[in-house]
Order: sequence, then structure tokens, then C-alpha cells
Amino acid sequence: MEFKFSKQEEKFRTEVENFLKEELPTDWPDKSMHWPGGYGSIEIENKENQRIFLEYRKKLAKKGWLTISWPKGYGGEEHSYMEQAIFDEVTSYYRATASGISTGIAGPTILRFGTEENKKDWIPGIANAEIDLWLGYSEPNAGSDLASIQTTALKDGDDYIINGQKIWSTLAHESDYAWLIARTDPDGHRHKSVSLFIVDNNTPGVTIRPLINIVGVHSFNEVFFDNVRVPKKNIIGQENMGFYYLMTALDFERLMVGIGGFRRVFEQFVEYVKQTEKDGAPLGENNNVRQKLSEIAVKIEIAYMFFWRTAEMLDKGNVPSVESSALKLVTTELSRNLADVAMEILGPYNQLMPGSEWAPFSGMAPRGYLDSISATIGAGTSEIQRNIIATRGLGLPAR
Amino acid sequence: MDLDFNKEQKILKSSARDFLKKECPTSLIREMKNDKKGYSETLWNKMTDLGWMGVIIPEEYGGIGGSFLDLSILLEAMGEVCCPGPFFSTIVSGGLAILDNGSEDQKKALLPDLAEGRIILSLGLTEPGNWYGTENIAATAIKDKENYIIEGTKLFVENAHIADYILCAARTGENMKSKEGLTLFLVDSKTPGIKYKLLDTLAYDKQCEVIFDKVKVPEENIIGKEGQAWDILESLQEKAAVAKCAEMVGCIQTAFNMSVAYAKERTQFGKPIGAFQAVQHHCANMVIDVDGSRFITYKAAWKISEGLPASMEASMAKSWVSNASRKVTFLGHQIHGAISFCDEHDMHLFYRKAKAAETAFGDGNYHLEKVAGQLGL
Repeated sequence: MEFKFSKQEEKFRTEVENFLKEELPTDWPDKSMHWPGGYGSIEIENKENQRIFLEYRKKLAKKGWLTISWPKGYGGEEHSYMEQAIFDEVTSYYRATASGISTGIAGPTILRFGTEENKKDWIPGIANAEIDLWLGYSEPNAGSDLASIQTTALKDGDDYIINGQKIWSTLAHESDYAWLIARTDPDGHRHKSVSLFIVDNNTPGVTIRPLINIVGVHSFNEVFFDNVRVPKKNIIGQENMGFYYLMTALDFERLMVGIGGFRRVFEQFVEYVKQTEKDGAPLGENNNVRQKLSEIAVKIEIAYMFFWRTAEMLDKGNVPSVESSALKLVTTELSRNLADVAMEILGPYNQLMPGSEWAPFSGMAPRGYLDSISATIGAGTSEIQRNIIATRGLGLPAR
Repeated sequence: MDLDFNKEQKILKSSARDFLKKECPTSLIREMKNDKKGYSETLWNKMTDLGWMGVIIPEEYGGIGGSFLDLSILLEAMGEVCCPGPFFSTIVSGGLAILDNGSEDQKKALLPDLAEGRIILSLGLTEPGNWYGTENIAATAIKDKENYIIEGTKLFVENAHIADYILCAARTGENMKSKEGLTLFLVDSKTPGIKYKLLDTLAYDKQCEVIFDKVKVPEENIIGKEGQAWDILESLQEKAAVAKCAEMVGCIQTAFNMSVAYAKERTQFGKPIGAFQAVQHHCANMVIDVDGSRFITYKAAWKISEGLPASMEASMAKSWVSNASRKVTFLGHQIHGAISFCDEHDMHLFYRKAKAAETAFGDGNYHLEKVAGQLGL
């Protein structure tokens, strides 16, 4: 038993930290208003941020860190899961999470299941941050029950014709291609009739419509596919295997929880509490404030333990099924919790949005209060995570 | 980072489990409830033979020289079966105090006996006006030539009725609120003036009221130095809190295992109740509480084992585990339904134990306040 990083891991951590300090503007963590666990805010909320972030990602690509989870020879350096976890922790602490759909999901899936042609077509662009993909999974009638998707991709000569609608398509409007699942065999078994495609956003018949989220940010879209013709070579791997690929890809996403973001917000908030007075006494002397913040500190520590545990299990060759669902559950509930506590402590000032006169704590709290709604819903609701823990983890009967 | 036990520790854990499964069935807990002493000497002796009493005592004093982690593993195994008896008060509350702070003479005199299971210890901290921690201890120890005369009342003194020695914290200084002037005494329980009364407690454990009425204690029985018990007791309580957490991890692991097993076998509406999401989600929530408890407890235990500062982790652990064990054992009852409301069912043993352990060495809120201090608030 050892609750510390190895020397090599410490060295890597310092290296990542130094890189971020050098390559990002010092005020980047304040520019990016990301609330940990939330899906509602994006790094590139304005053109200036967009430019900075793209530059940063290109530098990461050069360094080989954009593809940190990839095997050697495919842009990856063969880092252990623990090192990947450290990378996620540090980058998210700087509010500069680099891994997304392209490098976190599409790349590794293509490397594992794609044809040689798939690899040739897509891997270099993804690895060098030249192309970006958006995730085309959810549909209006397929949320938690993803296997019920209705979008079809039917063969027509050397092409597929795609019809249907996707929703919650994060950053579709800023990406180049869809990483899309569609039903290729409408009469087949629900898990064995779905295929994965890469579809160019510019193909005729693709319509992207913005969905402004409750934070006021254009992060989501709904995307319509009306007789969209896609060449056969754009199918990833084998036909009708999409659902299997998608489930396997969950392995790659386990450590993408942005855990360092919690540490950052908490540190900032503790600092705020130390420097603020209420009714003539420091806020930090208030008993309720002390208890609530300590409770959050304990929960963050617990979330970190699930995080390191997941990485450690992967390195040991074990499958962290309970642990990774528990990690998702714990971090996203913490996202809510943190916002609740911050709002409670700020009292009437909790209404002041970013940029407003008198807004404490840069207006992060009310924004987080809105954004964190998405945390326990997106990427598998808390209820779905509990189902997974109970059925896959504990072996309770599924029905 | 390695969150698993090493090979020796795994063996220690499984052998302790096997032993207790055989030697400490829940019928023993029920038997001990009305037993005057509150523990089985047969079991105590067998535990001694296995070397458990000497687990953290260095070999030079007759122990086996294990680590705090090894001790935690044994405590977790004992927690799994709610093992009754004076192991905790003797080895943790008393033993650690002597091991960490005793003079060479005291160690030579006491540790070999401890390792051989020949003596029972007990710690007296809490008083009617002082709940948790060492603030506001009012018992006094007035110097009288080579002796001190102790006056005061201690509550929740575990196993005082069978203890050979009671460790008693008392004021030797004038200032009641000061950190200075607190001294820890090793008091022979046969000394005239000591009166104890057994309290009737929730978890069937043997906790006592102990009245010190002009109890004469020789100077050489001071543990550490006169007036310097504050730091001793802070560190002792920190370790004891983590040790208690290890016991609680075992306790809630069993309550959880029982509940999941029951959810699979109990049938209602034509299917196992574990097929209902409401029950599944109870179980999933228990996983977070049980696993979280285990991680944070062993992180704190590891730090103590390594001699690293562990105040933050110890308090984080005690606050999380305190709340987790209350939730887990309650959900255990909820999943079992009415049958668990019967005395003959075992679930309430764990429900009781969890609550008693929650209050020992500071409850969740008490430790959250300590965390706040560590955060610099």
C-alpha cells in the first residue's frame, strides 16, 4: 500500500505543470469559466479564447500529449494510466482539459477497431489537432436508452444515406465532422444493428441548429440529417458493430472527469472566504461556513480516491466497472454540491452573474449553479450510474 | 500509488477473518451483552497466541513489531464481526499512549505484559462537561510530595471495570482552558478512591463512569512530562480515530454484504427485490460510502504508518466514515425490511456498533471543524 506518486510520476507531473504555466496565459484559469462536472460552459466562448486554446492544443499535439492515451507509434508515448490521470488532473486544474471527443474517443476507437483505410484517413488529422469531431450519439428519443436510436444509415450503391436527428451535439458548430452512430440494419437486434460513421459537417443535407443552454452559452446543437450521402469508406470498422465499439470506448473515457477543476474552484472559494467579512467578522469564522466547506473538502478527497483507484486498477490490468461508475457519480454529485454550498455561503451576492457590479468570486457560483444541473444528467445520468454499479458491479438482477 | 495490501498484509487479513469467523460468531456478541466482564477469555487468549496483542509492539518489548497498517487490518477484521472485548481500549487507546510517550521504564514494565495479553487498559478523557477532545478537562491532579492526588469524574471509560490500569487526563496547572497544565497519568485501578459504575449502552459495550476520589498516583506514573499531555492526547486521539475508522470499515462492509446478499435472495412481486431500482440505488449508494470509507481510512492509516503528518486525513476519515456508517447500516435495515427489526436478526448489531463508533474520538461534525482548521479557516 502506498498513497503517493512514484518518482517518475512526480517528475511527469512537474513537467506538465511547467508546460501549462509556460504555454497558457497566466490569467487563463480566470478566462475559462468552466464549472467542474458541468457540460454547459466551453473554453472557447469567444474568439480570443478560441485562438488561445487552439494554439495550446497544437503545442500539446507537438509535445505528444494530445494523444497521451494512445499507443506508441500512433502519436502516443505509451504513458501509464496513472500518468494519464495525472495529466487530466493537472490540465483540468488549469481549466485547460485537452482531451475531447477527437483524441479521447474517436482516435483510440479507430486505432483499435478501424480499418487500415480508416487509420490513414483520420488518425494524422486527429493527432495533430487539425480536425475536430463532435459526438453524435443522443437523439430526442434516445437519451439514457441509447440503444433505441432511430437515425438510419442505409446502403445505396457505394454510399450510405443517413436520415434522422441528433441532439445535445456539443460544439458541432465548431467541429468539422460528426462521430455518429446510426442504425444500418433497421430489422436487426438493437445492439447489433448500429454502425459508427464519420460524417463531414459540410455534406449537403446536414443542418446544425444551435441550442442555447441555461448558462446562456451555445454549447449544444441539434443536428438534422436529411438524405445525407456518406461514402462507404467513412464507416468505422465493421458494419453493425458500432454499439460494441461505443461501449468499449467507455474504457478510454474513464479518466476524463476533469477532477482538477474541483480542486481549483475549491481553493479559490476558500481564499474568497478567508478574505471576506460578514457582519464584522471573517466569513471563515462562521461555523456553518466552516462545516460546509470542510464537508466539500472531504468529498473532493473521496472523489480523488476513486479517481486514482480507477487509474491504478487499469494499470494493474483490472476492469474498474464499479469504480468508474462510482467516480462519475461522485464527481458529478460533487459538482452540484459545490455549487449549492458556494451559493449558500454567498447569501444575496449569489445572484450576481459574471461581469456584474459587486459579483463575488467572479460570478462563478451562480454560473456553476446553473451549469451543474447538466453534471448529473450528461454522459449517463446518476440513476444510470447507480444501475450500472448495482447490476454490473454487485450482480443484482437487471430485471 | 498502490491502494492494495501487500502479500503479507493480505495473508494477515484473510487469516484474521477466518479465525474470527470461527471464533467470534454473532452469538458471542449476544452472550457478552449480559456478561459481567463483557469479553471471552478464551477468545482473548487465542488472539494473544496469534500475536495480535503485540501487533504494534516492537520485538524488543516482546511484540511482533508490525505497523499501524497491520493494526488497522486486524481492527477491520474485528469490525467485520463486531468483536466484543477490550482489544481497542487496551492496544489502541492505552497501548499507543505508552508506546509513543512512555518512559523506557514504563515501556519495559508494561509492553511485554501487553503483548502477552496479561493486562487490560482503559483511557479516561471525557467528562460530564467535556464531550470530545481535550478542551475543558476539569479533573485535577494536585501535587503532594512524590505523589499526585486526582479528583474528578470520567465518563465513557471503556472497560474500566476490568482494566488493570486507567490512563487518566487531569489538570496539574492552574489555568483551566490552557493547553499547558494537562497531564496524563497511568493509574493502577486498584488504588483506593477509584469507583466505577457500568453504563448501560446502545452497542452492548462496557463503558463506565469512573470517579476519582482523592486517588493517589506516584509521580513516576506520569506518561510523558507533567503539563504536556495536550500534544500527547491530540496525537493519540488522531490515531485512535483512524483505528476506529478501520473497525467501522469492517462493520459496514459486513452490513453491506448482508444487504446485497439479501437483495438477491428475497423475492417479492415475483422477483428478487434487488431487481427493483429503488433497492439497487440503495446498494449503489452504499458502495460509495463503503469504498470511500475504505480509501480514506487506509490513506490516513498509511500516512500514520509512514510517520507522516496525518491530521487532515485522520479528520477527513473520521468525518466521512462516521456519516457513511450511519447511512450504510440504516440502509441495511431498510433493505432487510421488518425482519431486521427483530432482536434475533443480526443487522441491529452493526447498526448499534456503527453509532457507538461514530461518537468515539469525535463525531463527523467535530472532525469537520478540525478539517476547517487544517484548511486555514
